[in-house]
Amino acid sequence: MTRESRDTEITKAAGAGATAAVRGRKKRKNKENKTRTVRANTLLNDHPNPHYANNKIKTTKYTLLSFLPKNLFEQFHRFANVYFVFIALLNFVPVVNAFQPELALAPVVFILSVTAIKDLWEDYRRHRSDTEINHMDCLVYSSMERRYVEKYWKEVQVGDFIRLRCNEILPADVLLLSSSDPDRLCHIETATLDGETNLKQRQVVRSFLDLDCEFDPFKYHSVIECEKPNNDLNRFRGYIVHRSGRRDVLCKENLLLRGCTIRNTEEAVGIVIYAGHETKAMLNNNGPRYKRSKLERQMNVDVFWCVIILLVICSFAAVGHGLWMFQYGDKRPVFDVLSPQGTNLSPIMSAIYLFLTLIIVFQVLIPISLFVSIEIVKICQVYLIHQDMDLYDEETDSHLQCRALNITEDLGQMQYIFSDKTGTLTENKMVFRRCTVAGVEYSHDANARRLAMYQEMDSEEEECMSHGGTLPRRESVTSHQSARVVLRSQSTKSHRRTGSRAEAKRASILSKHTAFSSPMEKDITPDPQLLYKVNECSSQMDFMRFHSQPMSQLSSDLSDIIDFFIALTICNTVVVSSPNQPRHKVRMRFELKSPVKTIEDFIKRFTPSRLTSGSNSSSSSSLITNRSSNKGCSSLLSSPSAESTLTKLHEEQSSHLEPTFSPVPPCYDGKASWNLEEGELRYEAESPDEAALVYAARAYKCSLVGRLPDQVTVELPHLGKLSFELLHTLGFDSTRKRMSVVVKHPLTDQITVYTKGADSVIMDLLKPLDTGKRQKKIICRTQNYLNLYAADGLRTLCIAKKILSKEEYACWLQCHLEAETAIQGREELLFQSALRLETNLQLLGATGVEDRLQDGVPETVAALRRAGLQIWVLTGDKQETAVNIAYACKLLDPEEEMLTLNADSQEACALLLEESLHYIQAKFLCSSADQAAKAFHTNFVPCEINSSSSLSSHNTSPFLVHRLGLVIDGRTLAYALDKTLEDKFLEVARSCRSVLCCRSTPLQKSMVVKLVRNKLKVMTLAIGDGANDVSMIQVADVGVGISGQEGMQAVMASDFALPRFRYLQKLLLVHGHWCYSRLANMILYFFYKNAMFVALLFWYQFYCGFSGSAMIDQWYLIFFNLMFSAFPQLVTGTLDKDVSAETLQRLPQLYVNGQNSEEYKPYMFWMNMIDAFYQSLVCFFIPYFAYADSDVDLFTWGTPITTLALFTILLHLGIETKTWTWMNWLSIIFSITLFFTVALCYNASCPTCFSPSNPYWTMQRQLQEPLFYLLCLITPVTALLPRPFGVQMCNNYYNGTN
Amino acid sequence: MMASSYNAKEEDGHHSGSASHGGAAVVKSKKPDNTAFKQQRLPAWQPILTAGTVLPAFFVIGLIFIPIGIGLYVTSNNIKEFEIDYTGVDMNSACYSCAKNFSWNSTTSCLCTVDFTLEQPFESNVFMYYGLSNFYQNHRRYVKSRDDSQLNGDMSALTNPSKECEPYRMSEGLPIAPCGAIANSLFNDTLKLYYLEANGTRNEIPLVKKGIAWWTDKHVKFRNPGGNANLTAVFQGNLTATSKPVNWRNPVYELDQDPENNGFINEDFIVWMRTAALPTFRKLYRIIQKKSSTMPTLPSGKYVLDITYNYPVLSFDGRKRMILSTISWMGGKNPFLGIAYITVGSICFFLGVVLLIIHHKYDTRSTGADIPN
Repeated sequence: MTRESRDTEITKAAGAGATAAVRGRKKRKNKENKTRTVRANTLLNDHPNPHYANNKIKTTKYTLLSFLPKNLFEQFHRFANVYFVFIALLNFVPVVNAFQPELALAPVVFILSVTAIKDLWEDYRRHRSDTEINHMDCLVYSSMERRYVEKYWKEVQVGDFIRLRCNEILPADVLLLSSSDPDRLCHIETATLDGETNLKQRQVVRSFLDLDCEFDPFKYHSVIECEKPNNDLNRFRGYIVHRSGRRDVLCKENLLLRGCTIRNTEEAVGIVIYAGHETKAMLNNNGPRYKRSKLERQMNVDVFWCVIILLVICSFAAVGHGLWMFQYGDKRPVFDVLSPQGTNLSPIMSAIYLFLTLIIVFQVLIPISLFVSIEIVKICQVYLIHQDMDLYDEETDSHLQCRALNITEDLGQMQYIFSDKTGTLTENKMVFRRCTVAGVEYSHDANARRLAMYQEMDSEEEECMSHGGTLPRRESVTSHQSARVVLRSQSTKSHRRTGSRAEAKRASILSKHTAFSSPMEKDITPDPQLLYKVNECSSQMDFMRFHSQPMSQLSSDLSDIIDFFIALTICNTVVVSSPNQPRHKVRMRFELKSPVKTIEDFIKRFTPSRLTSGSNSSSSSSLITNRSSNKGCSSLLSSPSAESTLTKLHEEQSSHLEPTFSPVPPCYDGKASWNLEEGELRYEAESPDEAALVYAARAYKCSLVGRLPDQVTVELPHLGKLSFELLHTLGFDSTRKRMSVVVKHPLTDQITVYTKGADSVIMDLLKPLDTGKRQKKIICRTQNYLNLYAADGLRTLCIAKKILSKEEYACWLQCHLEAETAIQGREELLFQSALRLETNLQLLGATGVEDRLQDGVPETVAALRRAGLQIWVLTGDKQETAVNIAYACKLLDPEEEMLTLNADSQEACALLLEESLHYIQAKFLCSSADQAAKAFHTNFVPCEINSSSSLSSHNTSPFLVHRLGLVIDGRTLAYALDKTLEDKFLEVARSCRSVLCCRSTPLQKSMVVKLVRNKLKVMTLAIGDGANDVSMIQVADVGVGISGQEGMQAVMASDFALPRFRYLQKLLLVHGHWCYSRLANMILYFFYKNAMFVALLFWYQFYCGFSGSAMIDQWYLIFFNLMFSAFPQLVTGTLDKDVSAETLQRLPQLYVNGQNSEEYKPYMFWMNMIDAFYQSLVCFFIPYFAYADSDVDLFTWGTPITTLALFTILLHLGIETKTWTWMNWLSIIFSITLFFTVALCYNASCPTCFSPSNPYWTMQRQLQEPLFYLLCLITPVTALLPRPFGVQMCNNYYNGTN
Repeated sequence: MMASSYNAKEEDGHHSGSASHGGAAVVKSKKPDNTAFKQQRLPAWQPILTAGTVLPAFFVIGLIFIPIGIGLYVTSNNIKEFEIDYTGVDMNSACYSCAKNFSWNSTTSCLCTVDFTLEQPFESNVFMYYGLSNFYQNHRRYVKSRDDSQLNGDMSALTNPSKECEPYRMSEGLPIAPCGAIANSLFNDTLKLYYLEANGTRNEIPLVKKGIAWWTDKHVKFRNPGGNANLTAVFQGNLTATSKPVNWRNPVYELDQDPENNGFINEDFIVWMRTAALPTFRKLYRIIQKKSSTMPTLPSGKYVLDITYNYPVLSFDGRKRMILSTISWMGGKNPFLGIAYITVGSICFFLGVVLLIIHHKYDTRSTGADIPN
């Protein structure tokens, strides 16, 4: 509260200006302002930012003092714990107590303390890790000593100045104020935040760009006003208000986030904005998720049944007791003891008291240890899944992560899988395949062959060793670049040949530094025709440059080609780094200019007066000479007009010289060892498409050489290095589906916009068709090829350009700058601004990039299919691409019929759905109804998942799954998801074998999942790799993230994270099946065990006047569940395998078992109850008759019964155990040994204690009696006899009928 | 437990990441160990319930159980047992009047005599039991109503018995020794056995009253306060004055003349304090020891049982019996276990046969082999 008021107060003040802000101490409340204000700690003696969290982090939940109450409070959120505590407390009431009250507390205390110790241990680990982090060092400016001093992280405060050195980790969210980098940049690696391994550039706050000397914290008098802490890593907005009253915008490019690592930058200084728990990294860090699994929900129903059974038997016994008392009338027998007060209780009152007593005695029926055991077993299961080598990916050194610990068994019950396509089914490693420029297709046959070769090698590595020699020769004939090609393919061959796992690993370590670097992606064999054209074109341009001819003389085809490649090279955010020092970006500076950020800047830039402007004087000394020469050089070539106002721009343009070439001599940064040799550069891109295109352009010798915030350098054949002044970058976003760069073309000096984006978007933004016949033809042809590409399953991108006049640009720039500085709705304004720029484009060409399927995807899809899982693919790609990928990964079958739903309106969609429904019904209803009709529809027989079990299980859903595929696009999907149509859509969709949703947005993805989950009541699994899959992953019952190329957002949101899609097969079919069957069996066994044990006591009530007496010693009664019979079931629950892993993978049909919940059906609970009933009868009455009318005493009789029950229960588990390992043997032997050891010790310990049983020497005497052993032999055998017999009968029956 | 480390690691994923950067960043492969346990490939035995395994098991069980059963049955049959009900429900029975008139409040004892005939001689040691029916010694409140510390001779417990003894804890301001409902309802009939010789003389058969309780009870669990000597002083001393249980005629220190069998260590008392498991039970009363190897312990013939009828059971429809029995290695006469073994063995055998028939009838293919190991 105080902080909020503080924040708002300061915001108000900041609005009035910096000085006012410093003075402003009035506490006024303004709820609309949600900002925080940060002032430097050097400013005032008292702490100016006292209410912000400091950098000390504490992720622990408890302190020493609060641990007990807090932990108990949390544990009591579980209803069962409350119940057990209630029962334990009930024991303290003298009238109803059944056991020694202290003893009755034991199990509850035990359970609670086990959980508490677990929590404590985890908390302690957190505490240790906290301390370690809190005690890391960093340099903080001390205003007392006037220098940077080493301090612990935890001592860092908001408003502190921090000096950061290379490879240091950021202690807090820091606003970058100064950097040793001459470009005023700072590079950070954000792998710990989002898993992206490429470097990101961060910029010094604009107003501090010009500082020529070292940043001095004492000269800093600005006030920062920014957002309140939030968890959005990709957003930071705020202002810096200087003393002069000037305000500068702050954006995420200025913010260094906690946990990132400084790279490539010697030193940087920043001011702490958010510290400790308010940093974005910490706000994003929320612990594991807790879900409740289907099995657990089912179990809870049966726990409820147990409660009912408990109440029924207690009431029964209570009534019995009442009647028993009643029959004696007033003559109280000598054994019916009066109440302690000596009063005579009426039968009714006795019955009521007895009811409560019995609830205590029979409490074991609600298994107290069940919940704890399930948790332990799940943890063990998670551990084993973690350890599975088959789920370990050597290339990325990552294995499966279970992030949700308590839904392992859900993996065995999945019915629907919703999968993303890109990055999930495919590698998300883009390989350039073909392109079309200016309406001409270049098929890149050699490239295609090269890719085919990789595939071949992938499949048969052995064979390629012998074939390798011949392959290049064949290729050399086709290409005039023969020598080169031979070299390349030989080099790749040798790489593949030594392609052992170790080699692959080394390659993957390398590839960690640069994002995408496998030779398959890098080495592109150029199309000879296109290469020739590029060469020709550039030589012509070279020629023209020498002869100072205008560029317009170039034929439009050729200029399109060169523009196309320039666009490929520069319209991206790729960062260049050299391989020798993978973390050092290549520094090549040809001119020094800050990007155009203000109108004044713009005017300066485009007028000669900029020569005199002092803006560049702050450059570091090493660069001065180069820069001045550059400036001189460019100034000679720039326009002579001397006006310095915007209005003069018209004149400037009209009087502009013919566009001329500006040959710029390359110059190198001193410290970067830069090797000119081509192919040594590494490209780091945020998305793999970009890298693929840049590598493609490089194959045509059109290579990206360097990128700075304001400049891109490209090397072209003949022309040498050209640097494009980067005026603006409009980044890619999923709504626009395109990105643009605004550059000043060095050859023509024109302001050019290059746009790259999805074909559907770009096509709409092109110049109106009437512009020219040629353009029209290009568009038409390109569209044709685009369709072809899509049919081949390629990802298509369109490249377009636009030339802006200076005044157009100026006009747009003004609007854009306004948008950038707006506070309210900045995103929206920027979006609008981008829209204004990206219109009337001229189409250059299109590219087809292949996104290769991941290894084993078709096999996995086929296996999951056979396992009875319905797979839906939800993708953002266009329909044709998606359909083709779907065919490639065997999701759609060429033999299947395909329903395509494309509608333009709600009504059309409704109609389409109706039609398809009729179609399906007409086609299939009859076929499934009678066998004869099948002959006519041989192609469309209902999918036979598993003939015997699926037919019986499908009675809930009358729809059979047909051999049909459904394809629906995003727009139609939006209509179909409408409330009125969703039922119909579902009806259609669920009778199809596979569903493909194209062009769907993240929101639609999650809506589809939600719809299917809620309406069909099925178990859903969503799998995806990107941020766009997060919502879907969160909605599904089980969310799986692929830790792939696109960062960690999906993984963070997921319950399970896999390195590869194909691991899903083993995860579901093997681990899912096992986890499910293990837990299901364990839960059933638990119910059985407790029921059987309690029933023994219940039978006894008939022989003790329903008095709530127990023949089993209370110690045995209480520890039976907790100790004696606990371990074997845990071992079985963790390790049992009903079917081996190999079989499960070979016969995916076995998965149906879990889908239909066949291991744990409601009737099974009752079957187990009946079995428990029978076994308890045997275990009770055999000793009963054996000891009938003998001189046996109560607890001497109870001891063999306990022993028998233990044997029976353990042997029962033995029958249920499918796989016996030494662990099972050990646990059973241990249990029995434990029981006898405890019993013997207990019975020898104290002759007077343990009232009322006082079991002194009982066990010892029993062990001397032959009768005891005789009972131990016959009773378990009799009790367990029906089970194998029944199983055998069933086996025989099935064998007979099948 | 081991696995929860993963949990924690994920929770502070960001820390561990940054920490490893700061400290010695060890590049360690996360590759799981290839051990049989972690890969769930432990060598295992998979007992599949097939005809091949179940059938032999049934036959083997049958073959083992039936001989055991026969052995047990024969053993049990060799045990001689004689039982006589002397409750006196029937008008004709000797104790009818005693049973009719007697209650806990009676001060004088009622005597009755029952005649009976042993058809067969009892060869070895004969155990004499008294049996009660419908007596719920296992009632929950009854079972609890005792103070083991007091019975163990604890002085403080003697003067201040446990709360569990309520309402038989204090009587007339004095603590009851022994307290509690069990002690209060001590069986106090006295039985005497006479052999009626052919000439009509009654020959009293010596009944040994020692050695009927568990050794541990007699010597460890039950002890007299302040030793066995001078019990009167202890139970009636100034500081340790106690009262007798309300239903008792005599105080606890007058249970027997023999100081080794008096007070809390009186064996009849100890036997009674071991509460029976079931409402129909017997308790060892006396032992008739075999005197010579030639003479049977109890020759066949007529006997007379003299009963001092003190214990009322009719109010709760109870029965009192006197039982004479020899015992074998497996205890008293009880044919049940033998029959049970024979029955279960036969059932197993029978089921085995049934399964075999079914198996042969249906099983043309292999059974259960579709799931290989």
